[in-house]
Amino acid sequence: MDKAIKLRFYKDRIFKSGIILLTVLSTLPLLLILFYIVKQGITSINWDFFINLPKPVGEKGGGIINALIGSGIIVFCASLMAIPFGALAGLYLSEYNRDKLAYWVGLCVDVLQGIPSIVLGIIIYLWVVKPTGHFSALSGSIALAIMMLPPIIKSTEETLKLIPVTIKEASLALGVPYYKTILRIILPMGLNGILSGSILSISRVAGETAPLLFTAFGNPFINTNILKPMSSLPLLIYNYAGSAYEDWHKLAWGASFVLIMSILFLNLVTKILERRWRIQF
Amino acid sequence: MENSILKVEHLNAFFGEAKILSDIILEIPENQIIALMGPSGCGKTTFLRSINRLHELTPGARTEGKIYLFEEDIYKMNLIVLRRKIGMVFQRPNPFPTMSIFENVISGYTLNGISLSKSQKEELVEDSLRKASLWKEVQDNLHKKGTFLSGGQQQRLCIARSLSMKPDIILFDEPTSSLDPISSNKIEELLLDLKKDYTIIIVTHNLQQAARTSDYTAFFYLGELIEFNKTQALFSNPAKRQTEDYISGRFG
Repeated sequence: MDKAIKLRFYKDRIFKSGIILLTVLSTLPLLLILFYIVKQGITSINWDFFINLPKPVGEKGGGIINALIGSGIIVFCASLMAIPFGALAGLYLSEYNRDKLAYWVGLCVDVLQGIPSIVLGIIIYLWVVKPTGHFSALSGSIALAIMMLPPIIKSTEETLKLIPVTIKEASLALGVPYYKTILRIILPMGLNGILSGSILSISRVAGETAPLLFTAFGNPFINTNILKPMSSLPLLIYNYAGSAYEDWHKLAWGASFVLIMSILFLNLVTKILERRWRIQF
Repeated sequence: MENSILKVEHLNAFFGEAKILSDIILEIPENQIIALMGPSGCGKTTFLRSINRLHELTPGARTEGKIYLFEEDIYKMNLIVLRRKIGMVFQRPNPFPTMSIFENVISGYTLNGISLSKSQKEELVEDSLRKASLWKEVQDNLHKKGTFLSGGQQQRLCIARSLSMKPDIILFDEPTSSLDPISSNKIEELLLDLKKDYTIIIVTHNLQQAARTSDYTAFFYLGELIEFNKTQALFSNPAKRQTEDYISGRFG
């Protein structure tokens, strides 16, 4: 073989190996974190862990039922608020992308995405917790809902933008009114993107601690009243991991394990949804 | 001339400041195939889209002048009624991807909230698909998604979707430009079948297609209607210089 060509061949090989090596290196931290959390957390996991309240210091065992229920309720309420608003805002941005208002809304969404979560927590503390006079799960949900908005808006907008204009025109040319065209043709076609954006944003806020510190606050007991303080997995991890007691550390590791596994699961669901429900056009 | 179904009087169309069509005057005869031809950007598609008022949807687009469908001013008609009377088939096949073949054909009814009995639906679907000569190919797969069909089949499905609304006129916007020659031929044959019951207005880039299929041809150039005549007369003996240049391939 010609020497120059041989040299090229080797350069290509080295380049390719370099890329693969760096890719593996960049996923390494994630794998190590996963491994460590599983190793530390798995020993705490048993049935009692899921159905019991945390025990006082000095007593063995105890569970995280209060945080599980709390996280469920807080995230559920946040989704109820964020998904309809986010999906409609995304629809507006994709339908009226030439409007001046759409430009400013898009800009606001980008800025909103960059606001640190602790700042959001403090703002909701000032706007909701202070006027109502007490911490509440609802105020935590509001803070999380605001965090969920940008990803939902963005993914809705991007999905709907991909739908060819001619499909909308086909519906209009049949005499279908604009609002029905949106509701019956466009939104069903974008459902896939709206749902996967929503689930992804749920998995992102499920692990948020900062916005809940000044809002949902935490609660050592089971509470289902959204107007009262409520525990959540990240709050429990934050409080117990920072304590001085070995038993509480164990509880925090277990809770971390549960949290990480749920987030992984949600991400997996998103991937499956995206593949299964992909609509051809 | 046969009875005219559509009368266009001094139609002007604009995109913002740009004038796309100027002073179009035209009478379209019933149950004929009318081809609109001309080089790109001559306004033929805009003209087609003015007839079912799809043109106005584009931001900044507007029209002046009058169009009458059976003596009725289309700009005073209910938009929904107008678009049911004037169907449209697009350049690229665009069946609704979330719907089955069956649902696609009757989508004009379901989406407009018109309820049909089960037997009415079945009859309408079979009838429309037969007219679009697609029935034999899809009768066993009616509940599969329309997007699984080939391009040519999808286009015939879109034709069936228009036919199910029982329109008076069907507009075709270069319906074969994204199809292979065999599928194109099928569509052209279909057009000849359909003119018994419908008036067909077709935009085409393809001179041979216009010559083969149409009864009348309108030649557009730079937003003006240069010539409108029986196809045979227009191709064999064009009255205007520009028409002659165009059909002999000297420009466009």
